[in-house]
Amino acid sequence: MSDQNTEALEPITGIEVPVYLDYNFTAGRATARFLTGVKNGKLLGQRCPSCRNVYIPPRGCCAACGVATEEEVELSNKATVESFTIVHIPIPGNPIKPPYVIANLVPDGANISFLHVLSECKNEDVRIGMRVEALWKDASEWDYAMENIQYFRPIDEPDMEVEEIGRLKDA
Amino acid sequence: MSASAEVLSQAFTLGYTYTRSTGPVVGRFLTALRDRKIVGIKGSDGKVIVPPMEWDPVTAEALSDFVDLPDTGVVKSWAWVKHPRGKHPLDKPFAWAQIQFDGADIPMIHCVDAGDESAMKAGMRVKVRWAEETIGSINDIACFDPA
Amino acid sequence: MRDIAIVSFVQSDCVRDAGAQNEVELIMPVLRKALDAAGIQSAQDVDFTCSGSCDYLQGAAFAFVSGVDPLGAVPPIKESHVEMDAAWALYEAVLKITMGQAESALVYGFGKSSPGELPIVLSQQLDPYYMAPLWLDSISTAALQARTMLDNGDITEKDMAEVVARSRKNAKSNPHAQLKGDVSVDELLAEPTYLSPLRKHDCCPVSDGACAMVVATVEKAKEWGKPYAVLKGIDHRIESHNFGARDLTQSPSTQAAAKSAGVANGPVEVAEIYAPFSHQEIILKRALGLGDDTVVNPSGGVLAGNLMMASGLSRIGEVAMRIIRGDIKRGIAHATSGHALQQNLVAVLEEA
Repeated sequence: MSDQNTEALEPITGIEVPVYLDYNFTAGRATARFLTGVKNGKLLGQRCPSCRNVYIPPRGCCAACGVATEEEVELSNKATVESFTIVHIPIPGNPIKPPYVIANLVPDGANISFLHVLSECKNEDVRIGMRVEALWKDASEWDYAMENIQYFRPIDEPDMEVEEIGRLKDA
Repeated sequence: MSASAEVLSQAFTLGYTYTRSTGPVVGRFLTALRDRKIVGIKGSDGKVIVPPMEWDPVTAEALSDFVDLPDTGVVKSWAWVKHPRGKHPLDKPFAWAQIQFDGADIPMIHCVDAGDESAMKAGMRVKVRWAEETIGSINDIACFDPA
Repeated sequence: MRDIAIVSFVQSDCVRDAGAQNEVELIMPVLRKALDAAGIQSAQDVDFTCSGSCDYLQGAAFAFVSGVDPLGAVPPIKESHVEMDAAWALYEAVLKITMGQAESALVYGFGKSSPGELPIVLSQQLDPYYMAPLWLDSISTAALQARTMLDNGDITEKDMAEVVARSRKNAKSNPHAQLKGDVSVDELLAEPTYLSPLRKHDCCPVSDGACAMVVATVEKAKEWGKPYAVLKGIDHRIESHNFGARDLTQSPSTQAAAKSAGVANGPVEVAEIYAPFSHQEIILKRALGLGDDTVVNPSGGVLAGNLMMASGLSRIGEVAMRIIRGDIKRGIAHATSGHALQQNLVAVLEEA
C-alpha cells in the first residue's frame, strides 16, 4: 500500500474481529443414547420417574421435577402437529428450498415435541392436530442424526383434539 | 460424528463474527498503525500509555492527549512460547513480551521473534516489524524484532 | 454484613475429560447431594438460586440455561446466573439474603472445559481491540507475571516448586483431586520449562466438574436443624484490564477485598486460595497478609484440579466444610477471575 493511498483513507472507526473457536463437542449420555437409537431407526424417549412425562430428545433429566430420567421408552413413528410455521426466507446452509413447513411434532407416546420438516402436503393444508408419520431414509444412510428421518408426511387419521396433544393416556 | 463407548462427539468450529466500533481513542491508535506509526496517550499523571486507553486506569478520567512515538522500545518482561498454539501470531517458538515504547511509561503486550529463548532478556531493545499489509489492527504489528 | 450460614457444600471429582456427561449430568449429582445434606428436596425449597458458568468453555450456546434443568424449576423459581465463577454467584445470593429478599439460596457452578482449548478460549476474556486478536492465552499472561517476579527477586523457581510439591502432597487426602502424590522440589525443578519460566506443573490442570452449596440466614439454618459455618464477610475487587497499568507482582484488589471482608479480625487457621499458577499463591498469600501459622490449601488447591467457574466456590466450600466438621474455627477463602489475578474475591468464615 503506498503512502498516497494511505493518506486518502478514512480514519478507522470500526474493525472486523471474527473469533473462531474449535471444539470437540460431546453429546451427553442421554443424547448419545437417543442418537444411537436414531442410528438404528428408533425414536427413544425417556420417562420421568416422578411425573411420568416422556421426553424426546431426552436430556437426562426432567426439567420440571429436577430428577434424573433413566427409563427408556420407544416411541411411535406417528406424531401429531402441535404447532408449525411456513418458512419463506432461505436459511444459509439449509438445502431445503422455501417455502416449506417446520412443525413442532409430538410423537405418539411422548409429552413434548421436537422440530422437523413436514412434506408431501400443501403448505396451506397443514394444521394443528394433524396426524403425520416419519419417512425414514434408506437404512444404509442412517447416521447419528435426526436427518435419518427425511421428513414427516400426513397420514389418513382423524385430527387430534388440541387438548389431547402431548397428553399420555397411560401416564 | 464418531461413537466409542457411548461417547458421541463432533468436532466443530464456533464463529463469533463480530465487528466492533473503536471509538475515537482506539480508532486513532489503529489508524496510526495503518499508517505504520505508533501513537500513545497521556494519563492523568502525565505517564504515556501505549496502546492508548480511553480512561485513566487509576482516576477513570477521560483521556485525549495523544503523543507520537517511535516504533522502538524495551522489553520489560517476557515469556518463551516453546510450543506455539495454532492461533498464536507466530508459528515458530517466540516470546510474548511486555514492551515499553521509547517515550512511553506503560508497556504493551505483543510478541518478539527472537529465534531462541537465550536471545531474550529484560532490558533488550526491540523494533516493530510491520505486517506486509496494514489495515488498522493490532496485527498490523506483525511482531517485534530484536534491535 | 449480616451473618449467613453455609449449610452444605458438595463438589464433584476433578476429571480431565468428563466424556459423555453433559452439563446437566455433571450438575445433577452434586446438586442432589447438596440438597440432601441441607435436608431439603429441590430448588423449590429455597428462595433463590444462582449459578456460575461460561458457555464459551464447551462451545455450547445457552448451556447455562440447560443448567437450570436439574433444578426442578416448575412452578417457576427465582433464578439468576453469572458468567463467572460461582463464588460470584454466592456473592449475588449473599446480596439477596442481606437485602431481605431471600432467606435461603442454592448456589452452584459447573464447567466442562475439555471440549475446547481452554487457554485459547480464555484469551477472549481480554481487551477485544488490543489483546484478544493476538490470541494471548491465559498461561502466557501468567508466565509474564512470573517472569516479572523472578527478575525482581520477589520469588525463586524453588519457591514455585515448593508450592507445587505441597499442593500434590495435600491433594493426597482430597478424593476429588486430579493431580496428587509425593514429588520432591528437586524433581520438579529438573522438569523442562513449558512456557518459560513456567513448567507444566506450575499450571493448574484442565478439569471438568461441578459444585453446589446451600446457604441461608442463621435463623433458617437453625430451623432446618443442620450444622453450619458462618460467612462473616465477603467482598470482591477488580483491577485494570491493561496489564501494563498493573503491578503484576502484587494483588491490591485481593488486599482491598481482604480488608473489607475482615480477614485480619481474627486468626486464620486455614486459607483456601484460588491460585491457578504456583507463583500466584505466593502473591496472594502476601496480599492476604497470611503468616506461617496459616495452613494454605489443605485440599491441594486448584493446582490439583481446576473446575473453571466452580473452583472459586469450591475454595469457600472447602473451608466451610472444615468448620462444619469441627476441624477448625476460622478460615478464609479466595476466588479469582480473569488473567493474572485480575479480579479477586475474599470470604471470611467462622464457626457458628
